[in-house]
Amino acid sequence: MKTKRTSSALRKWKQSPGDRAFDVLNLVFLALFAFVTLFPFWNLLVLSFNDATDAYRGNVFFWPREFTWYNYEYLFNNPNIFQSAFMSVLRTVSGTLLGVFCTIMLAYPLSRKAFVLRKPILILFLATMYISGGLIPGYMLTRSLGLINTFWVYIIPGLVSAWNLLIAKSFLEELPDSLIESAKIDGAGEMRILVQIIIPLSKPIIATLSLFIAVGHWNDWFTTMLYASDNNFLSTLQYELMKVLNTANQSGGAGVAGDYKLAMAKLGVQQQVSPNAIRASMTMFATVPILLVYPFLQKYFVQGFNIGAVKE
Amino acid sequence: MKPTTALVPKPSFWRLLVQQKAWFWMAVPWALYCIVFNYLPLWGWLMAFQDFRPAKDFWSQEWVGLQWFEMLFTRPGFWLAMRNTLVMSLLNLVLGFVTAIGLALLLSEVRNRGFKRTVQTLSYLPYFVSWVVAANIVFYVLSLEGPLNSLLVWLGIQKDPMIYLAKGELFWPILAISNIWKNVGWNAIIYLAAIATINPELYEAADMDGASRFQKIRYITLPAIRSTFVLLLVLSLGHLLSAGFDQPYLLMNPTVKEYAVNLDVYVFTEGLMSFGGKPNFSYGTAAGIFKAVVSLVLIWGSNKILKANGGKGLF
Repeated sequence: MKTKRTSSALRKWKQSPGDRAFDVLNLVFLALFAFVTLFPFWNLLVLSFNDATDAYRGNVFFWPREFTWYNYEYLFNNPNIFQSAFMSVLRTVSGTLLGVFCTIMLAYPLSRKAFVLRKPILILFLATMYISGGLIPGYMLTRSLGLINTFWVYIIPGLVSAWNLLIAKSFLEELPDSLIESAKIDGAGEMRILVQIIIPLSKPIIATLSLFIAVGHWNDWFTTMLYASDNNFLSTLQYELMKVLNTANQSGGAGVAGDYKLAMAKLGVQQQVSPNAIRASMTMFATVPILLVYPFLQKYFVQGFNIGAVKE
Repeated sequence: MKPTTALVPKPSFWRLLVQQKAWFWMAVPWALYCIVFNYLPLWGWLMAFQDFRPAKDFWSQEWVGLQWFEMLFTRPGFWLAMRNTLVMSLLNLVLGFVTAIGLALLLSEVRNRGFKRTVQTLSYLPYFVSWVVAANIVFYVLSLEGPLNSLLVWLGIQKDPMIYLAKGELFWPILAISNIWKNVGWNAIIYLAAIATINPELYEAADMDGASRFQKIRYITLPAIRSTFVLLLVLSLGHLLSAGFDQPYLLMNPTVKEYAVNLDVYVFTEGLMSFGGKPNFSYGTAAGIFKAVVSLVLIWGSNKILKANGGKGLF
């Protein structure tokens, strides 16, 4: 305690004007950095509540100039949005539950040093981090397994990944063998040990895995585009957002995408909605779930990262 | 302990396996799963040596030898994709490392814990949104009525608003900067963790010796994160040919295609999508094999470098 006080007193005494200037500059710079990181999200949120015609005049940055709910009304009038949001939630929830359970189920025997197949199975999985057949052979496989345009294409191919397995295994290695031995003496079978002992003790790692897997599912659009785009029922929010971005993109960022004018005309909408405003409301709709869980769960993101980093 | 192990023979592999049959049933189905989804596709590499037609079954395909590889190496589109891949990767590599280490150093110099925590938490938020969302954000920020145009016109740097994404020469910097925006906070975590393990007595001793802040960074902090830096650097050398698919694919438009198509995008558009013609599975697979083999060599080489420098190596 004493040394600490002296050293901080010493530091204060030693702090030169240059040091203090650096501190101030550092704080200003980091505040600016935080602002630049967050501002785009805020700006898009503001834009999504601003009248679309008015937004063409630009300079809508910090607060809506002409407030409206219209962009969201337009968004929610599109039946595809609810359909795809439902599918996004469904695949995220079921994919996460199954993914976490299966990862732990495999990680548990692999975390036991006595298991004779531990090494070969680990190597089998870890090698996939470096060796991959690539996009087209993977596509051919998925096609020949009959997964195309089925819900299972979202769940099965990524069910257990090497990286998640590694994180789970290194966590479970910390659980002592004696714990399992004593449960066995009490007559518990391995499956019961897994469900009643291992899983309750792995809460931190389950939280971490759930988050990584859930974010992966929620953010995925490529699987939908490649494997499920012919089945409207399987469309996800990120894929719908990607399609909207694509129509805007073809114009190179200039003006209104033709599709929207057409869609407006069909719906008999008088007010003009720019792709920017629609995209803003849709982007927000697809981002909000992550923004909502983020503050509560970010400590697990970091925790999982640190566990992974130890092994790296 | 030693004599007993010598006296009681170790139970045989098969006996142990029978004892561990519950573990066996938990693990082996996943091993089969892994073989099917990760190793079976390697079989598909044979497609690169055939003139693959999806309508015919595998064995009645026509074998064409190295035709597709010859085509690959003589087509300008492939070399353009190689150039774009290397430029994107190197930009991401250099800028990614510099910004992540810089951010970690600056954050570690902050004494107010609350402020440090807040900035750090905010910094990795963009990492968790998809590239679709991020691309929408980038697209808006760079649009005619977006904030960047307004700012630069207001500052007088630019006379009129312009469509940045339609300018080929700006496409690489846009990718690099948006990549930093999305990833720098996340990439800084590992350095902050390394800095947190430094013994505070080192800094106290340096204080006593009258070291300046920059001397402390130079002689204590930087050496402490050196091994993390080297490991990550070598690791990323192995991924030199993976410049990412989502980002360029989502941000590109016809005007900047020449700068946007990297190897991953090239395999996708040539092999699976029908951009100007039929999708060509065989040609796309050949390009994929090229990428996989070169990447494997790079990873093997970087592992060698790690081991030669006294590191543990990856495998």
